[in-house]
Amino acid sequence: MKINIKKITLFGLLTAVSMVLSYVEMLLPPILAAVPGVKIGLPNIIIIFVLYKFTVKQAVIVSLLRVVMVTLLFGNAMVFIYSFAGAVLSICVMSMLKKINLFSVIGISVLGAVSHNVGQTIVAIIILQTKGIAFYMIPLLISGIVAGILIGILGGLLIKRFKKIKLC
Amino acid sequence: MKRKFKNDLRLIGGILLVAIICFILFFATLEPGDFVQISVNGKAIKSFDLNKNTEFEIVTGENDEQINLLVIENGYAFIKSANCPDKICEHHIKIKNSGETIVCLPHKVVISIESVQYEN
Repeated sequence: MKINIKKITLFGLLTAVSMVLSYVEMLLPPILAAVPGVKIGLPNIIIIFVLYKFTVKQAVIVSLLRVVMVTLLFGNAMVFIYSFAGAVLSICVMSMLKKINLFSVIGISVLGAVSHNVGQTIVAIIILQTKGIAFYMIPLLISGIVAGILIGILGGLLIKRFKKIKLC
Repeated sequence: MKRKFKNDLRLIGGILLVAIICFILFFATLEPGDFVQISVNGKAIKSFDLNKNTEFEIVTGENDEQINLLVIENGYAFIKSANCPDKICEHHIKIKNSGETIVCLPHKVVISIESVQYEN
């Protein structure tokens, strides 16, 4: 892959948009106060868009850059461990699903969201050494499905709109 | 496209099934506990009788600046107030069954209901 100014600008822009979406999500009130971690996952729209429009490698770079930058701006070390675990597992699962080509955008988005939640729950169990946290897996699985469908539809629309436009 | 959509539905169904199985397994093993255990950083530090009304201030952090106020009342345990940023522990429902937990991620505090008492 050749790096040129157009690519640098484009991926800088995509990373920035995903960061803004993370920030917007932080401003939204918690959807379910009883269960921490229930959210829509807006930045995943961009990750899915990159995954479809470009390559797996580029999606991984944008996803991890987003986590690092958002933590530097708004978070702390603890937040980083949780978001990093979620993002890594999510992007791995989504990339693999994209490769085997069995599911549509919605399916990939749903499994991405669910694996993000599973990753975070596993890290919470390891850090706090409490098996009881596994209970949160149930609402997080359900919320992952709902959020994944939503983001999948939105991401699919975005991919469709950009189908004829050559970005770089 | 249609084939992929069917696969999506199967996938979502599969995840739902896993969630339901977890749910059933969890509630099948539910029984009221007797002790409230406080853990900080994954280490148990104190245990209380669930049937005795008590209030206890869990003080953590390097300069003892992190506070969660645990209240045990009428066989239920809950966090009455906390100075953590997200207040998730404070809004958590009251717990009484063995295995249930209230977690405060920012303070790394876990309140769990146990059937055996923690010994020093």
